[in-house]
Amino acid sequence: MIGPEIDRLIQLLAKLPGLGPRSARRAALHLIKRRDTVMEPLAAAMAAAAASIRTCATCGNLDTTSPCHVCLDGGRDRSTICVVEEVGDLWALERTHAFKGVYHVLGGTLSALEGVGPDDLNIPTLLERASRPEVKEVILALNATVGGQTTAHYLSDRLAPCGVAVSRLAHGVPVGGELDYLDDGTLTAALRARRAL
Amino acid sequence: MDFTDDAILLSARPHGETAALAVLLTRDHGRHAGLVHGGQGSRMRAVLEPGNRVAAHWRARLAEQLGTWTLELERATGAGLLDDPVRLAALSSCCALLDAILPEREPHPEVFAATLALFDALDSDVWAEIYVRWEVGLLEVAGFGLDLSRCAATGQIPAANDQLAFVSPRTGRAVSLSASEPFRDKLLPLPPFLVGRSDGGPEEVSAGLDLTGHFLERHVFALRHTEVPPARTRFVDRYRKTHTTSGTNPA
Repeated sequence: MIGPEIDRLIQLLAKLPGLGPRSARRAALHLIKRRDTVMEPLAAAMAAAAASIRTCATCGNLDTTSPCHVCLDGGRDRSTICVVEEVGDLWALERTHAFKGVYHVLGGTLSALEGVGPDDLNIPTLLERASRPEVKEVILALNATVGGQTTAHYLSDRLAPCGVAVSRLAHGVPVGGELDYLDDGTLTAALRARRAL
Repeated sequence: MDFTDDAILLSARPHGETAALAVLLTRDHGRHAGLVHGGQGSRMRAVLEPGNRVAAHWRARLAEQLGTWTLELERATGAGLLDDPVRLAALSSCCALLDAILPEREPHPEVFAATLALFDALDSDVWAEIYVRWEVGLLEVAGFGLDLSRCAATGQIPAANDQLAFVSPRTGRAVSLSASEPFRDKLLPLPPFLVGRSDGGPEEVSAGLDLTGHFLERHVFALRHTEVPPARTRFVDRYRKTHTTSGTNPA
């Protein structure tokens, strides 16, 4: 009924997050109807991105250059390294414009269930970077989960010989959060991490 | 088919784009898996943390199907331990061992009760001793219970001037101090707190972890051709590092 090229396009679109076979057909039809304005520029952008995207050899970020734009930025504070789990977390922190240091992407957290051990994470390069004389602090911006904090404690131990200050993000009440609607875990963490006014 | 039960979350892994596959230890239905719709969403992620106590409702068309969970958080056990690396590691180890050892859908209400007691004790000063006792109990459930009631060599309960001081690494039976003399170097030290002769302490807990670790490794996991979960290994390493004087295996 439809040509193999269109069928393959639908199959590939259906592999994207949030798209099933029906929505992939709708997206394919949308692209086909707007070949000049959407489909061809999208195809060109994807081909260009696929050809140029690489993993930053310094921090593990995804960018079109290695070292990435964050690592190349001369205005960054190189004395502070913020360790994140995934590239998405780095992007989230960059959106805040609140952090002016450099990053390090671990590539996951320790997980017995998924067989992720220390050797599977980007830890050796972190230790090498943290040992440099200009580095003064490592911020462990890992998720407030059992896995995330287990990894944070493990990294804290490994970073101890490097002689840098190790900190982690605060856990507690989110901005705009009402106590009545918070889960027990967040409230418990907030109470334990209270500070003097 | 459906049931409602109290449960402890042991593990959860992503399934598809939005769902999660959760394994729970339920009070009356044992270790039980099921799908959690929306398990990767922001609302459910906090619920699906190892050690959390939940009110669980399982439903499926047929009993042998995977089924789906509807979960409501009752107590976030891990949330209060995020700043304490050793207790957090103990919690992870406990959940990993239960997930690896208990057979699926076989009720073990005594394990459920013991695990809740362990979680409650994590705030106390004697949590590590209770953890070792919990592992001894888990070995019994796995079919490798230790016999610490009498001396394996003499068959007698030792007299007051003698005492149970070692455990046979092969049979898991205690051996008294006097009977152990010819082969003491081949036996595992029995921490006195396990037979009620002391209140414990870091060195005894460390010896207790060696004792249970030996039987977990050689008798439970070796038979399954798997290794002791890394979460337990990390817990033991961390406990020794922070609590014992040497920071290493005292045995």
